[in-house]
Amino acid sequence: MTPGLSLSDARARVPRLVVAPADSKADRDLLLNLAARCERYTPLTALDEPHGLVLDIAGCAHLFGGEETMLQRIIADFSTWGFTARAAVAPTPDCARALARFSAGGVFTDNAEAAVARLPLAALEADEDAYFALHRAGFKTLGDLSARPTRLFAARFGNDFPYRLERLFGRADRRITPLRPPPERMVERHFLEPFSAREVLDAVIGDLLREAAYLLEQRGEGGRRFELSFFRADGHVRCLYVETLRPTRDEIFVARLFREKLDSLADPLDPGFGFDALRLAVPHAEKCDALQESFEGASQSDNERELSELLDRLTTRFGRSRVLRFMRGDAYEPERESCTAPVSAPPSEWPRPMAGEPPARPLTLFDPPQPVEVVALAPDGPPARFRWRRKTHDVLRAEGPERIAPDWRTQGMQAAERDYYRVEDVEGRRFWLFRHGLYERGEGTPRWFIHGLFA
Amino acid sequence: MSRVKILSDLRLELARVALRHGVALEREPAFALGESEVDRFLGGGLNRAALHEVHASWADWSAAAGFGLALARRAAPTRPVLWARPDFLDEEAGRLNGVGLAEFGVDPALLSLVRGRDAQAVLRAGVEAARCKSLGAALIEIFGAPSVLNLTATLRLARAAEKSGVTLFLLRVGLEEEQTGPPPSAAVSRWRARACPSRALAANAPGFPRFEITLLRHRGGPAERSWRLEWLRDQGLFHQISKPDDAALPRALPSLPADGAIATLRRRAG
Repeated sequence: MTPGLSLSDARARVPRLVVAPADSKADRDLLLNLAARCERYTPLTALDEPHGLVLDIAGCAHLFGGEETMLQRIIADFSTWGFTARAAVAPTPDCARALARFSAGGVFTDNAEAAVARLPLAALEADEDAYFALHRAGFKTLGDLSARPTRLFAARFGNDFPYRLERLFGRADRRITPLRPPPERMVERHFLEPFSAREVLDAVIGDLLREAAYLLEQRGEGGRRFELSFFRADGHVRCLYVETLRPTRDEIFVARLFREKLDSLADPLDPGFGFDALRLAVPHAEKCDALQESFEGASQSDNERELSELLDRLTTRFGRSRVLRFMRGDAYEPERESCTAPVSAPPSEWPRPMAGEPPARPLTLFDPPQPVEVVALAPDGPPARFRWRRKTHDVLRAEGPERIAPDWRTQGMQAAERDYYRVEDVEGRRFWLFRHGLYERGEGTPRWFIHGLFA
Repeated sequence: MSRVKILSDLRLELARVALRHGVALEREPAFALGESEVDRFLGGGLNRAALHEVHASWADWSAAAGFGLALARRAAPTRPVLWARPDFLDEEAGRLNGVGLAEFGVDPALLSLVRGRDAQAVLRAGVEAARCKSLGAALIEIFGAPSVLNLTATLRLARAAEKSGVTLFLLRVGLEEEQTGPPPSAAVSRWRARACPSRALAANAPGFPRFEITLLRHRGGPAERSWRLEWLRDQGLFHQISKPDDAALPRALPSLPADGAIATLRRRAG
């Protein structure tokens, strides 16, 4: 059976054929997964759709004992993962693709042109018209085509036809677009025997970090993001990262962050039958000069460094959404007057409160405001008594109303205004209440809410 | 120049540098609450490198938070502060409000917030913070009496604080002390905070925050005394209130209708 066969033909040939609709998304996902697995060989891995992969192994082959050994190893790895693979090593991606698909595969680093010349016309992967035209003209192999002047083909089949031939013969190169841009700062370790012991893992991470620190120092940089890829012997890949607030190449500190990360994973790192490669990449780095410490400034910069390291550790352990700083919002509505953001955000400037006035805004805000039952002496007056969480509070002092109009950009023009009151009950507890909607508009019974607590 | 002279000159220079950076005051071993009898009672103030506890009933959460926050501001006026709180409190007492913190007299830019899933996570963050010398103070909020907060845990916090100099405040609300008695703890001082009516401003508006505090325990000194303190945000200190103000009695009110029928009341009222 061959691709492109119609269903009835296929059924005629294999009566007990099992048929399933094509799922191109699943196919693509599988291919992506395989591509990620191939990142253990080289970081420059790309899809060669619909069902191929192309790896740029320039400068990597010697790590695996040469092209031939590397090719054998990749094919063997794929067969352990349950795939039959055919592969070819050639000077350019198109040349390798043609050789992998239309020959038995192998390494063609020196004799690529000759090997391509022997390939059948189908290796052109041209459309049917061009194929039959060439076939009828008596061309059998790609070598026959390359013997002719290219302008003849250009006139007949378009200008990119000669260019395609050039690429097939490895005379013109094409850039592949790797799935992940290659990190410039990258170190890795390969192991003959897979390992899974945590102590070994920690030691390897320490080694990689030391090496990366050296790399960064050479470049005069410090890393802000460190990514560690764990390649499992069975092909599974897991990637963990840590981030720092300041550029750093302190390998002990980053190693501690990774230990913290490994300890706090909700879905722990599963070594399976062991890891056979580890890669550390530093995709985000910034200029970082050697520490300059003056006598006077030493304590200041030390303090800042120590604090940012504490926040990095906490962020690694609890996650970015749980280690926060306060930011000024862009609106006057109480809900959006201030907000929180991960500590990596730049700090906000806060206005000084008005001297001689008690705090005008509560320490905490309820989100959303909670409904309360209120008795007011006058319908548009301050609350005199309210019930919240099944407890009745008698109001001793109150200030208000402070009318806060909703933001028409987010709430629309029809949203009701709020009249806020600062109130204190007889026991001395202070609350922030508001009446939703205005009494004088006759919008029915106004509803009351508690929005926050004052100290 | 004699060696002694050089040394004394250097010391002088160091002191000048420290003053210029405003750190001299923050290096003192104890901090005072302000203009109050409390400091005399404590023998000069509270220890900086130590763990202090503020207890409160659940209804007085805001008093405990306010008193603890003001103490942290006293202990570390210009240095960073970390606040660790469990998710549960965000829902029950509301989320911390940056503008409100600024209005209370704490610079939100100096405050980092760590939200823990449970008491254990909060304590863990607290221990990490207690070990960080560059922090001024840390507030650790715990609700109720989780089993992770035992004597060992408080010892660990207290030791870390002694070593690093970070002032730790353990805010414990919703503790049923009447039933079980105070839990064992390694804290140097323990306070209970209660809400306290403020001094009315013009037009009967609530005034500056006031707290009624009770010193339940203090290492190396007498305890079990109560004071009323007002937090003067502009000066950044506590002011003691000698006699309770004219607490206006609540006006007589109709009782709250059970079905929320306020419409009838409104008609009656005007």
